[in-house]
Amino acid sequence: MRIHDVNILLVDDEKEFTATLAERMALRGLRVRCAYSGEEALKQIATEKPDVVIMDVMMPGLKGLDILRHLKATNPEIQVILLTGQAGTRDGMEGMKLGAFDYLLKPLELDALLAKIAEAAAIGGKAQ
Amino acid sequence: MFRKVFSRHLEGLSSSDVVVTPRIYRSLRRKITALMLITATLPLAIMAALNYYEYQKALSREIQNPLRVIVNKAKNSFELFLAERTSAVGFIAQAYTFKELADDKDLARILKILQTEYVGFVDIGLINDKGELVNYVGPYALKGHNYAEQTWFNEVRVKGRYISDVFMGFRKFPHVVVAVRHTLDSGEPFIVRATLDTHQFDKIIVAMGLEPGSDALLLNRAGILQTSSQRFGKVLDTFSLPMPPPTFEATVLQQQDAEGEDIFLAYTYFPESDFVLAAIKPKAQMLRTWYTVRGDLVFIFCAGVLAVFVASYKITDLLLRRMREAEEQRELALRQVEHAQKLSSIGRLAAGVAHEINNPLAVINEKTGLMRDLIDLREDFPDKERYLQLIDSVLKTVIRCRDITRRMLGFARRLDVSLEELDLNDVLQETSGFLTQEALHRKIELSLTLDANAPRIVSDRGQLQQVFLNILNNALAAVPDAGRIDVCTRGDGEGVCVEVRDNGCGMSKDTLTCIFEPFFTTKKTKGTGLGLSITYGIVKRLGGEISVESEVDKGTVFTLCFPKHPKHEA
Repeated sequence: MRIHDVNILLVDDEKEFTATLAERMALRGLRVRCAYSGEEALKQIATEKPDVVIMDVMMPGLKGLDILRHLKATNPEIQVILLTGQAGTRDGMEGMKLGAFDYLLKPLELDALLAKIAEAAAIGGKAQ
Repeated sequence: MFRKVFSRHLEGLSSSDVVVTPRIYRSLRRKITALMLITATLPLAIMAALNYYEYQKALSREIQNPLRVIVNKAKNSFELFLAERTSAVGFIAQAYTFKELADDKDLARILKILQTEYVGFVDIGLINDKGELVNYVGPYALKGHNYAEQTWFNEVRVKGRYISDVFMGFRKFPHVVVAVRHTLDSGEPFIVRATLDTHQFDKIIVAMGLEPGSDALLLNRAGILQTSSQRFGKVLDTFSLPMPPPTFEATVLQQQDAEGEDIFLAYTYFPESDFVLAAIKPKAQMLRTWYTVRGDLVFIFCAGVLAVFVASYKITDLLLRRMREAEEQRELALRQVEHAQKLSSIGRLAAGVAHEINNPLAVINEKTGLMRDLIDLREDFPDKERYLQLIDSVLKTVIRCRDITRRMLGFARRLDVSLEELDLNDVLQETSGFLTQEALHRKIELSLTLDANAPRIVSDRGQLQQVFLNILNNALAAVPDAGRIDVCTRGDGEGVCVEVRDNGCGMSKDTLTCIFEPFFTTKKTKGTGLGLSITYGIVKRLGGEISVESEVDKGTVFTLCFPKHPKHEA
């Protein structure tokens, strides 16, 4: 699966961050959608299933880990990359245990994120 | 009552909330020592005083008794001597007729027999009822002398017997007169009078066996000496002391002599005659034994008090040292808990701050990234290079901020320690490898003395690296160029200890107490003040201990000990 075919969902309550990151990814030709809360993310996933979800751990309302748990139960083939502001926290480790593909620290470098997406998509693709 | 005293004075011992200061220790020491001294020496002193007086009394009695016995014996000797002489004279008066006694030859014969049988007779005379000396044999030419007017003559006529006081007689010898009355069948009385020299008195006194310095003498009731003495004068001198009250029992008085010296005066009055026998013994001489005993007593008492003092002082010392140690340990524990709490609260704060800052940083990062993307896409963007430079600089700054927040998070995070069995020596070698370049450059000697037998320990390699990097970096900062840093390891059954010793600038006491505090730094603008506090946190998390000793201008030693297995962390 080529990276441009990967269907990406970006979930973060920080709109400025999410929108800008989405725009930058779009500029690079990636297929990316945004959700600004956990609830919205679940709706979007229901309407169109993404290949990779990039999701902040800390959000008001539904937490990243809750969604991760839900996704792994319903759609295990969707790869999740967690974003966190806190390095080495339990959240990150917990997420990994729950089956997240990886976790990245904010602020992040776009190239590193893209590389991770490619890896995740490759695994997801095999899974399909 | 004791309980009250104890509780009042020793309240410092039990109140654990009060921080015990040296001043309180001093006053406690005083109080405990005083209390122990009093409780120990008071009974001792009372015992000593009681012993002193009882013993003195007993000894005094012991000393006086023999004196009393001697005086009694001597008195008996005197009485026997006088009674013998008197009865001899009485025998003569009764055994011979007046006619026989009036005969010169007979009387001379009688005197001769007397002088043979009884020592001390000097002369003998016969006196008729009118007081005329009818016959006389002896050294004086007294025949015809009339005694009718003399008191003794009347006394012997009434009482039948008379013993005179001592007087100076023939050849300046002291003499005593013995006179006995006898009544003829015709009813006419006559008197036999004999003179004795008192040489025998001296003999009796010598027989008393008094020690030198003591004195014995015979007095009459008027206080005139009847015998010579060593210290109270010759015969017929007046006794220098007042006459003691009359008693026929041997009695001992304690008094002072004319020179003010303490003496024992043992004396007794004679019931049959006017004599008084006295023995004088200086008290000092008699009490010599007592003084020895008293010296012993005083010595033992003083030694006892001294021993009690030393013992109580030592015990108090020990007690207080234990107390102080316990207090210090408690304080240390409190400080550690406090420190740990401070670290953890600062950690939570730092985590919160870092997290809050990371989100805006992420926004800046993305916005700026987007700006660069957009400018990159436009070939004809004016001043493109300049803008790209500016944007890069912003991005670099974001990275710098991110590093800072990550460090703060690193300080705060609950570590996911990845434990593995490792050789601490390897870690040290690896870590010091990072610094050899700088050391070489500054001509600093960085030596590793590694204990090859040190056991392998279970710990986190990365964390250990951070710890040693921190410590070694500090050491490098502290030593001058061409300085020296020694790292040595020591292993035992429990784990491994690492000692990092430098000969750098050292630290003051004040600095030492703060170095593990977060945000404490001596590097002014260059440091975050987190290095050693992170180090401290990591070492603690790995179950280890870290301690530091330092002396200004001499250097600093960090000692880190790690157990073979980290204890279960909270």
